[in-house]
Amino acid sequence: MDFDLSEEQRLLKESIDGLLTDSYDFDARKKYQKEKGGWSKAVWGKLAEQGLLGLPFAEDDGGFGAGAVETMIVMEALGKALVLEPYLATVVIGGGFLRHGGSAEQKAAHIPGIIDGSKTFAFAQLEKNSRYDLGDVATTAKKKGAGWVIDGEKFVVLNGENADTLIVTARTKGAQRDKTGIGVFIVPANAKGVTRKGYPTQDGLHAADITFTGVEVGADAAIGDPENGLPLIERVVDEARTAMCAEAVGAMDESLKSTVEYLKTRKQFGVPIGSFQTLQHRAADMFVALEQARSMSMFATMAADFDSAKERATAVAAAKVQIGKSGKFIGQQSIQLHGGIGMTQEAKIGHYFKRLTMIENTFGDTDYHLRRVTDAGGLV
Amino acid sequence: MDLAFSKEEIAFREEVRAFFRDNVPPETRRKMVEGRHLSKDEMVAWWRILNKKGWGVSHWPKEYGGTGWTSVQHYIFNEELQMHPAPAPLAFGVSMVGPVIYTFGNEKQKQQYLPRIASVDDWWCQGFSEPGSGSDLASLKTKAERKGDKYIINGQKTWTTLAQHADMIFCLCRTDTNAKKQMGISFIVFDMKSKGVTVRPIETIDGGREVNEVFFDDVEVPIENLIGEENKGWDYAKFLLGNERTGIARVGVSKERLRRIKDLASKVEQNGKPVIEDQGFREKLAACEIELKALELTQLRVVADEGKHGKGKPNPASSVLKIKGSEIQQTTTELLMEVIGPFAAPYDVHGDDGSNETMDWTAQIAPSYFNNRKVSIYGGSNEIQRNIITKAVLGL
Repeated sequence: MDFDLSEEQRLLKESIDGLLTDSYDFDARKKYQKEKGGWSKAVWGKLAEQGLLGLPFAEDDGGFGAGAVETMIVMEALGKALVLEPYLATVVIGGGFLRHGGSAEQKAAHIPGIIDGSKTFAFAQLEKNSRYDLGDVATTAKKKGAGWVIDGEKFVVLNGENADTLIVTARTKGAQRDKTGIGVFIVPANAKGVTRKGYPTQDGLHAADITFTGVEVGADAAIGDPENGLPLIERVVDEARTAMCAEAVGAMDESLKSTVEYLKTRKQFGVPIGSFQTLQHRAADMFVALEQARSMSMFATMAADFDSAKERATAVAAAKVQIGKSGKFIGQQSIQLHGGIGMTQEAKIGHYFKRLTMIENTFGDTDYHLRRVTDAGGLV
Repeated sequence: MDLAFSKEEIAFREEVRAFFRDNVPPETRRKMVEGRHLSKDEMVAWWRILNKKGWGVSHWPKEYGGTGWTSVQHYIFNEELQMHPAPAPLAFGVSMVGPVIYTFGNEKQKQQYLPRIASVDDWWCQGFSEPGSGSDLASLKTKAERKGDKYIINGQKTWTTLAQHADMIFCLCRTDTNAKKQMGISFIVFDMKSKGVTVRPIETIDGGREVNEVFFDDVEVPIENLIGEENKGWDYAKFLLGNERTGIARVGVSKERLRRIKDLASKVEQNGKPVIEDQGFREKLAACEIELKALELTQLRVVADEGKHGKGKPNPASSVLKIKGSEIQQTTTELLMEVIGPFAAPYDVHGDDGSNETMDWTAQIAPSYFNNRKVSIYGGSNEIQRNIITKAVLGL
């Protein structure tokens, strides 16, 4: 049992923290937000230069063969700096599908573009009525010759507006909510029949609603078994949830830091407001919530090595519950303790709150995951 | 980073588990599972079994009978003990006064007291709190005046846990009334049978007798019963309170109670089916289990940190343990209340010795719920814990 980072992991943490300290203060973030697509190509390039976009890929595929802990380190740092660039959508999710389900040809065709920063990905999964159920898929992929024709609508596709490549879930067989008969397809974003309607999201990222109308792809577009893709989807989404837990811990950590700083400097009644016990205890409760969240983020991360798929999934669901609760508490209390200034667009603190709120509602909210843990029979 | 215990640690866990299985008297275990109080004889009998095995004072230095275990081994031992469940070694002797004596006491005191703590020939109690000194402990007023080769002790202690069983007390007494409040306190130990010591029971909210008032009326104590230096008692008290940082989360206790909740909830019916099948109840249970898992991980982080970097500088996460641990313990007793519903009501009468072996097990659930309100109050209330986080961690 060991909770310390290895020497290499410590260096990784220093390197990403250093990069973001230099290039990602809040003013810089505002600038990046105004760039085309809503994030900075230059920063993406730097992440590529430092090898961060290649971390989780096997050395044979040009990556570094890093594991879940390394992703946690990176995501936590990205969370602290409220990074806009599509690491989650591209490296964690897009990369996850390729790593766990991709053929040698698919890996060779797509991984190098991720690693060198030239290509980004988006995961087109959410549908109008699917909510958090990954197995609820109305979009269809029908066989045509050796290839497939995809029809359907996907919503709130993170980085969907900018991505070069889409990973699309589509039904190849059965009824809308059947657990089998779901495929995962690689679709070029500029394929004929793909229509994207992009928009900014509440937390300053960008997403798109995407319509697929008779989109034709080849046989090589299917990742894994096109009739039984749900286990792969669940695995990759669990990794995404785990990564978001770490991102949330970074955001919570920084929220608490800024709030404590504010309590020390803001004066009312002639004294720093941090001298009032009611505010001190609120901050102490935020610390408790943060440490509990950090513990569960680590738990989900280390669960990646569990043998049982069910235990892995339950661990991730439990972590998502804790992160959802802690994130809501820390987010809301950060605003409260900042008072009026916390209500402004100009203050950074509100942006953490917004990102934490959106994380809670991505890939299953607190209630959804609580039900998953419940249905699995709990943790004790 | 690695969650898994090593092969040696897993083997150790099996060894500990098997020992408890084969050696904890079944009656003792049953009473603990059912939330009953144990008699003095039952506790002492078990602790002597534990001590005979060499595990009675496991965290003490080897020269005084300790085991030399790693921090992970201590963690495993405590967790298994709590989950079995079996009574933990008497904290007042083993975790509190023992370490103060072997750290600050003289050779004679070590030889006189330590073996008798380990063998439970002396039952110790703690004389810290006073009627006017709870969270503000340093304001305590009990006086020890030097007269020749004796201290004359006058005053009153309160909330003295199981003082009715005690042979010895360690006491914070004011020896210098002119010094700043923390500076004039001494750490003095003495025999509870001394003339002038009166123990008066306090009946707790659940009808139990765990705590007492203890009065000192011109109690004469030899000056060699002073531990360490005169007027340095506050330092020893702080050392004592900071000693057992990881045990206070009581994760094993809550795990054991969750198992009991599940067991009872599968037996008690509602709408023709067991309570455990009620979705709302199951979700509450799962929510509690998630909180507990987070706490367990937080505790493991602290344990691993101590194992690697020593106990010198506490991991900031350790401040979380008392707050969350007590909240979760309380939640588990609330869930038990929910399971038992209207059958929580019947009340039974307690025996004079503080044991309460009567009636059906359902009678213990409400008392246990009431009694567990104490866990967020004792050992530094949760509000004091928040003060500690505020100052020591957040720097406010």
